[in-house]
This record gives sequence, structure tokens and C-alpha cells, in this order.
Amino acid sequence: MHKLRGEWCMEQLKARTISKGTATGKVLVSLDAISFYGGVDPDTGTIVEKGHALEGKTVAGKILVFPRGKGSTVGSYTIYRLKKNKVAPLAIINKETEAIVAVGVIISDIPAIDKLEKDAYKNLKTGQIATVDGNKGVLILK
Amino acid sequence: MNLEKQDKEILDGKHGHAAQKSMEILAALGEIYGAEKLIPITSVQVAGVSYHNLGDAGLEYLEELAQDGKVSITTTLNPAGMDLVDWKKLGISKDFAEKQIKVINAFKKLGIETTATCTPYLIGNKPQQGEHIAWSESSAVCFANSVLGARTNREGGPSALAAAIIGKTPKYGLHLEKNRQAQVTVIANAKISTLDDFSALGYALGKKIENKIPYIVGLKNANTDQLKIFSASIATYGGTAIFHIENITPNKTIIPKEKVEIHNTDIKNAKNALTDNCAVDFVALGCPHASLRELKEISDMLKGKKVKITTWISTARKTKQEAEKLGILKTIEDSGVIVAADTCMAVAPLKGRFKCMATNSAKACFYAHGSNNFKTKLGSTKQCINYAVNGVWNN
Repeated sequence: MHKLRGEWCMEQLKARTISKGTATGKVLVSLDAISFYGGVDPDTGTIVEKGHALEGKTVAGKILVFPRGKGSTVGSYTIYRLKKNKVAPLAIINKETEAIVAVGVIISDIPAIDKLEKDAYKNLKTGQIATVDGNKGVLILK
Repeated sequence: MNLEKQDKEILDGKHGHAAQKSMEILAALGEIYGAEKLIPITSVQVAGVSYHNLGDAGLEYLEELAQDGKVSITTTLNPAGMDLVDWKKLGISKDFAEKQIKVINAFKKLGIETTATCTPYLIGNKPQQGEHIAWSESSAVCFANSVLGARTNREGGPSALAAAIIGKTPKYGLHLEKNRQAQVTVIANAKISTLDDFSALGYALGKKIENKIPYIVGLKNANTDQLKIFSASIATYGGTAIFHIENITPNKTIIPKEKVEIHNTDIKNAKNALTDNCAVDFVALGCPHASLRELKEISDMLKGKKVKITTWISTARKTKQEAEKLGILKTIEDSGVIVAADTCMAVAPLKGRFKCMATNSAKACFYAHGSNNFKTKLGSTKQCINYAVNGVWNN
């Protein structure tokens, strides 16, 4: 949320659509890349990779923000397992999405966008409320 | 990306759910990576087969696709979490086995040959030079691009499956000549002859040049087994999906000015990095799956001997059957060694069963550490077999 001329405003930012659908929720920012296979517990949504910036935190029900995916090609199925176990992120925002995460969110119907305009990615903060609109390819910050 | 009329119809759901879902995946990947179009492919290798990796959700995904989906081209399958016939002999639980069989049945229903091997090119799925294909399994991807001269990106399980159903893949990445060129010249100034030497070379190079594409000079010769184990190692530790070796691999490439050298010390350091101080309680060969030639060599070493330590050799079922016809299998099994088909030490649920694994494969070491928390020793096939028989690690 930010103030413009003394009024609370919504900011709308253009992005590239990776996966369609919309979701609104609290942002969780990860500074590190995420390997879903081996890095996230598919039953609980908890990040288990040793030394990861979000180790011990859960991705469940969050607008999950991370720079990119990494690691095993089985990761797409892990994202799908999270969704089926009802512990998936509500939506995903990447700096730049690679194929493993892209395929994972598409098969799991999780809205996802990347390449935000105006270099807005780096200003996203944990705890803020955001709406990812994968149909229009926009991010709305409240 | 430009889609043809029929592709658009598929995307609109006019050809069923599985085809629609598959086209969504391919169209999205094409858009993301800036492909101009989809191109026809001739062969697919599908990974994501072990129930251990898929879970119930993955199984449901496959069963849903199998309801109205069929692959349209030659499609083979990666190893499963167990020997599909002799799973009891490997100490696999009944619950796991039932789920694993369900996974295999879903793939069968999709029309996939349930080969369950990471070496499709040894058992009949062997694309020709220049063919466009869509393979997953990093070692097979690297072998197909580099040794066979076929063209594939590193596909994940679902995208390979999507390509198999549609019969096409988006044209980007390693399908384009410009992305297949070497980026660094590697001068191999070291003794590299046994399988563990080639394994160590892949490790050393992966660490040194990461995912840059190498042009390697100085190797006199390399047979299929050596190239197979090298592919697995360099893909695991570096992430590259293609390499070039002077006078050995078939692809044309520019020769990069940037040079790195590999010396005997690099090979030795690589082996040391993968060799822990531990008492071996598990010997595992066949990562990637052992060829008939490797099985023959091992059977010669084992003739009339008995092993003292649990020893697995993983291989393709078809290769195992050929070994049986030639009497090689009997010699190996008479020694007490388990020849595990359809699976391997990297994807079977082995956590907690062993502490220290000896192998000739650097890739097997990676998964032993990462997935199963084993310590490892990297050695030649002969060192591993000698240890299994005598309980002594000869350097």
C-alpha cells in the first residue's frame, strides 16, 4: 500500500502471464531460488532446504515471490503435489520463470506471472497484500 | 508463437482433455522461450516414473491424462522405484509396489512402452543424427544431443509427456544450431580410461565450467559405456545438456578460444571428493543402466566367486533378458549379486537401508548423498567387484 497525493491508491503493474487465473493474498518473498523437489515438503508446504532464506517457513496460501526455480526436473510434480495436498501457494511471482516451475504451475492451475514492468520485482515486500491476475497479465498492489 | 489450425483446435479442447492440457503446456513453454513454432518430433523419453518422486498427486495426474490421452510417437520410460517383477527380492514394501504398478499402468494406457530404463538408446529408442526429439532424464538428454547428434532440450516429466501426446515440441534452445556450439575448449591432459575415470572427468569439468558447453581435446577414444557414464556425470555436476569431443562426437562446432586444462590431479581430486572414509555395506553398479558389454565384463570377474556384501547391478529389462540368453546372467546371479531391472540405486526407496555405497558412477554418488544420506566410495568396476568378493578396497 502506498500514498499518492494523500490518498490510498492501488497500483497496477504489467507482467508476463505464465499461468492463468487470479488470486489475492499476503506476499512471501524469498531472496533465494527454490528447488521444489527436495526443497519443499510436498505434504506440508514447508521449505526444508538447509540454509535456504525461507527454511522452516510455509509457502501454503501465500503469494510466493522468488527469483527463479532451480534443481531437479521432478519439481513440476512437486508443485502439483502441493496443490493436491492443499498447501500450495495461492499464486507465484518470479523475476524470471524457468521451464520446471512454468510447467508445474500450468498443470496445477496456480496463477503465475513474471517479468514485472518498471523493475517492480525488487520492491515487493513480505506481508503486503497483492492480487495476481494471470488472465490479464497484471499485478495489483493495494 | 504461431500455432497451426489443428493445434488451435486442440487448445480449444476439441480433441479431448489430455490433448488440450498437453497443448497448453507446449504453447506456454513456446511463448515463454520465444519459439516461433512447434516442430514435429520422432522420439520421447519420459521421466518422473518412481512413485517415490510422484506421490499420490503425481499418480492422479497421470491417471487423469490416461483417461483420454494417447502418445502419438515412439515413447519410452525412465526407471521406476523398483524391479517391476522381482520387487520383493529388493526389499520393497507391498504398499509401495501397488502404487508403483498403478503408475506403470497409467503409462501403459497412454500407449508408452514401459521400458523403465535411463538408457533408451541401448534398447531400441535410438534417434538418428539431426532428429528433433523431446527427452527428459538428464544423462539420456546429454547422450542423445552429444553422442547421437539428435536435438532435445532438457525436458521435465510433464512437458516430455505433453510432447509425446501432441507429437511436437516448441522450437527453442538446443533445437537451434546456434545454441549447440561449444563455449570453452577443454584440454584433457590426463589418464582417462576406466569408467570411474570418465565419471571423475564429468565431475571435475562440471565443477570447473558449470553449464558451459565444452569442446574436449586429448581423448584418444571413448566407447559407448564411457560416454554414457560421462554424460550422466557432467549433466549432474555441471548441468550442461551437450558436449563435443574431438574426433569422437558427431556434431559440428566452433572451437572456442577460451581454454581450460584437466590434469591427473583434477581426476584424483574428483575421486577423493566422492570417496568417504567408511566401511562399504552396499555395492551398486549400473548408473546409467549397465550395457550388455558391462554385464559380460562383470560376469567374467565373478565367475566361480561369491559376494559377501549386498551388490546390485541395475540394467534395462531388455538387456537383462539378452544377458540371460547368453548365460551371463546366471554367472552373475550365482555369485549372489542382484541384477535389478527397471530401477536403480538413485530412484528406489533405499533410505536407512545402507550406510556406505561403492560405485563406479559419480551420478550415483550424488543421489546416494542427497536422497539417501549414504556415504560413498568411487572406484573402477573391478575395485567395486573385488570389494564385494573380498571385502578389501584396493587402491
